[in-house]
Formats: sequence, structure tokens, C-alpha cells
Amino acid sequence: MSGARSGALRATARADLARLRARYPEQFRADRAARARLIVGLGAVAGLAALACWRLDVSLPRILHGMGRLGTFAMLMLPPSPEGHLRIFLHALGETLGIAFLGTLTSAILAFPVAFLAARNVVPNPFARFAIRRGLDVLRSVDVLIWALIWINVVGLGPFAGLLAIACSDVGALGKLFSEAIETCDRRAGEGVVASGGSTLHRIRFGLIPGVLPVLASQVLYFFESNTRSATIIGIVGAGGIGQYLTELIRVLELKQVAFLVLMILVTVAAIDWVSTRLRRVIIGPAAR
Amino acid sequence: MRGLTKLAPEREAALSGHYAAATGAARRRTLLGFAVVATLAILAGYAAEVRPLVLAENIGQFTAYIRQILPPVGLDHPVADLRAWYWGLPSWLALLGETLLMAYLGTLLGALAGFALSFVAAANLVRSRLLRILAKRFLEICRTVPEVVFALLFVIAFGLGPMVGVLAVAIHTTGALGKLFSEVVENIDMRPVEGLSASGASWVETVRFAVLPQVLSNFASYGLLRFEINVRGAAVLGFVGAGGIGQEFLAAIRNFYYADVGAILGLIILTVVCIDLATERVRHRLIGPEQAR
Repeated sequence: MSGARSGALRATARADLARLRARYPEQFRADRAARARLIVGLGAVAGLAALACWRLDVSLPRILHGMGRLGTFAMLMLPPSPEGHLRIFLHALGETLGIAFLGTLTSAILAFPVAFLAARNVVPNPFARFAIRRGLDVLRSVDVLIWALIWINVVGLGPFAGLLAIACSDVGALGKLFSEAIETCDRRAGEGVVASGGSTLHRIRFGLIPGVLPVLASQVLYFFESNTRSATIIGIVGAGGIGQYLTELIRVLELKQVAFLVLMILVTVAAIDWVSTRLRRVIIGPAAR
Repeated sequence: MRGLTKLAPEREAALSGHYAAATGAARRRTLLGFAVVATLAILAGYAAEVRPLVLAENIGQFTAYIRQILPPVGLDHPVADLRAWYWGLPSWLALLGETLLMAYLGTLLGALAGFALSFVAAANLVRSRLLRILAKRFLEICRTVPEVVFALLFVIAFGLGPMVGVLAVAIHTTGALGKLFSEVVENIDMRPVEGLSASGASWVETVRFAVLPQVLSNFASYGLLRFEINVRGAAVLGFVGAGGIGQEFLAAIRNFYYADVGAILGLIILTVVCIDLATERVRHRLIGPEQAR
């Protein structure tokens, strides 16, 4: 629709409003029941929000006061500069990427076989499936930072603990996504394999895996992206990566370097985003056709 | 079973030649992919200081840790043990409630901001390229900077307390939901929009009566999903001084109060799983009728 034409139409309709109202009273009548439901729902949401504001001590004056100080900080951040620590920062960034990459890879490798055990069309036994699913839920509901604290006790401070933490929490998430992808897979290929004399393993290998692999690969790429973000903060508990410097520099108010680090993270994440979008298109492309 | 039909030898040779060529190319591609991934993995392992030997040596410590935080509940008097294990239940529940409220308020504020911005960032509703790009970049920054970093900065600006957590969650949610919302808006059926435009509606009226009815159930579903993620995130925001159960949990870990670590972790997992199941049910109900149509 072109702008000029819709403008003209609008003007005509506006001029004719009274007649339209008279001609189609049904369309202009208010639906009272729906409106009452809406008001009750919105009231509940707003009431809970007010309770939260009161309990959490959130108030406009406090926010405005803090905003003023944030403004001062923002001025202190300019211009972003590494102030001679570029080499250290780049090393930390490399560490972060290493954590994200290997963490994602490990979790994908571990989640792959587990996902088949959690899928309805591979393991028909509901009890086994239920147990595996709840196990994955537990792994998933423990946050990466908590996993990092646990692993630091085992392998000591450093990026290795961060890697294990990301791997652990992602096994849960990827396992769930993988098993859902496997369950929604087209079953005709598998039936064909069984009909021509294949065993269950043959059915999985030739009937299921070729169909789900592109989907799984694209999910792994998504997780690599999001893990790059998680890996930037995992340093605040001492598990390596750029977060360690970020925390310390914020604490001592070296805000120019903080701004530089944040810019580095933004650029890195954007670059990974770009690469993985390309890769995803390559992987998904043939399957979509 | 019947025997397979034998092909003529030259035909068989030609077919198997084609097959070998096709699988060979695919196999070479796969091997190349594996080689690239393996190289990257070795580089990443070097960067991340992977020490498998240390892991193998200390894996006993991991199981020992898990055993230590598991409940010290015996079969002799389980109820008393359980009560002793959860000695701090009232205060923990209060802190957990604080975390939940933090996640709720943060999700709500973020969803409102993301809601408003998503219509500006949607290509099919806003003609100005500049406005759209500005909105998209803003959402991207909100989304990419981790909420813990926002929380660290806000703690200095606003002082310790749960309000910091609310703001950090809200900003991150704005970025994440704004993007998802705008993608939903870009995929709507444009005919109602044109119809309303034609009958004289303004931009706001068009959004209210033509766009909202189409996107609202999807928005609510994404919002619930985000709430679930934010509960998990809010639980750890306490690590940097943003209130809630996280602060107590970090103290327990740092002081090696193993039983408390186990108890609080159990509470967090239980809460997250419950919210997970509840939101999933609500989301299925929201999305269900849409797909049935």
C-alpha cells in the first residue's frame, strides 16, 4: 500500500465516520465481559508489581538519584581506552572464547547420546524417559555461576572450572532441546529402514540422525553464541576469562578500561553472531530445500 | 524373504561408481569439518588451560562435594533430620520470595519497554530506517552486555539491594524480549493493518486493533519463558550484592556450610523446576488455540 493512497482512504473514512457508525452498530459495540476480564487481569499484574516495588524498596526518587550518579559514571567512561593493558585483555578474551567453544562442544557431545534416551520415539519406556528428563532439568536449573563455584572446589581457580561449569549446565539445556528435535523428526525415514530389514540401531543411524543433525547443529551454534556471553561473566567468581578483569576494574572504578572491555565483548559477540548466522544458513540450507 | 533382483554387471558398476563418488565427497566434507573442529578444540583447550589430568585426579573431590551437600537425613528419625537440615527455612523462603519478586518486576518492566520498542523496531510498521536501526542497536546492546555487569555498575550507583537486581534484569529483558517481539510483529498478517488504515485509524489505533490481537498470545508466551530464565538469573545476581537468595547462597559456599549449600540449592532447583512446569502449561494453553486454528 502506498502512503499517499492510504492517507486518502483514511481521510475519506474519517469524513464518513458517523454514517459508518450508524450502518454497522455491531462493530462499534463494546464487549463488556472481555473488558472486565482484561481489567481484572491487568489489576492483578499491577497489584503484584506494586507489592514487589514495596518489598524490594524500589522507588522513583531512588532511581532518579542513582541515574544522576550513573550519568557521572558514563562521563567517566569516555573515551574507552585499554590504558596499556591491551595484551592482557586480548589474552583474557581468548580465554573466554576458549571456555565458550570447548564448553559448548563438550556439552553437545555429552548431550547427544542422552537426548536419544530421552526421546519418545527411541525409548518407549516412560519411566526411564521421565528419570532422564528430570535429571536434565536438575542440571539445567543450576545456574552456570553456581556450577563454577562447585567446580572451583574440584579443579581450582581458572578457566578450566568455567569450562566445566558451562558444559554441565548446557548438557541439561541441550539435552532437552535435542530430544524435542528428535521427537518431532519425520518418522517415515525410520519406518522405511525398519521395513527393509534394519535393526533399531540402523533406524537411529540412517532414519533419525540424518534428519535431525542440521537442527542440532544450528542449536549448538546458538548455544555457542549465548555461551560466549555467559563466559564473559563467569570470571566474577574466579573461573577465568574476561569477567575477572571486568569485576576488578568496576570495583576500583577504572571506568575507561571497563568501557573498553564492554566494547570488546560487544564486538566479539557481534562477530560470532555474524559467523554463526552464516554457518547456520549453510547447514540448514540443504535440509530446507 | 525374496532374493534381490540382480542388476546387469555394467549397470551395477556404473551405479556403484556414482554412489562411491557421492559418498566420497560427503565423507571428505565431513572429515574436513571434523578436522577444523578438532583444531579449534585444541586451540581452545590451550587457551582455557584444560588439564584433564587434574580433573581425573580430583574427580573424587567432586563426588565428595556432592555427597557432602546431600541431605544429612537418616532413616532413624527423618522428620527431625529434615527439620534440622532446613533450620533456616523461614528466612530462606523470604529471600527466595524476594528473588521471585525481583524476577517478576524485572521481567514486567523489561517486557513493557521491549513491547514499546518492538513496534518501533519492526520493519513492516515503521518506515523510517534510521529510527528502526537505532531501536535495533539499542536492543542489541541491552541484550549483549550481561546482566551481572549491569548489576555490578548499578551496585555502585544505586547502592546494595534488590532494586539493583530489578533494574539489571529489566534492562537485559528489554533487549532479549524486544528482539523476539519485533520478530513476531514482522511476521504478522498485514491485511488487518491495511483494513484499519483504510477505515481511518491512526498509527496507535492500527497497532492496538490490528497488530495486538495477532501477537498478544505469542508475546505472553515469550514473556513467561523469559520470566523462567530471569528467576534463574535473579538467583545468582545476589553474588554481586543485588539481594535475594544468591547472597545467602554465596555466603554458605564461601564458608563451607555444606548442609546449607545443599538445602538452599535444593530450594532453588525445586522453585525453578516448579516455575518451569507451570509456565510450560500456561504457554501450551496460550499457543494451543492459535495453532489449532
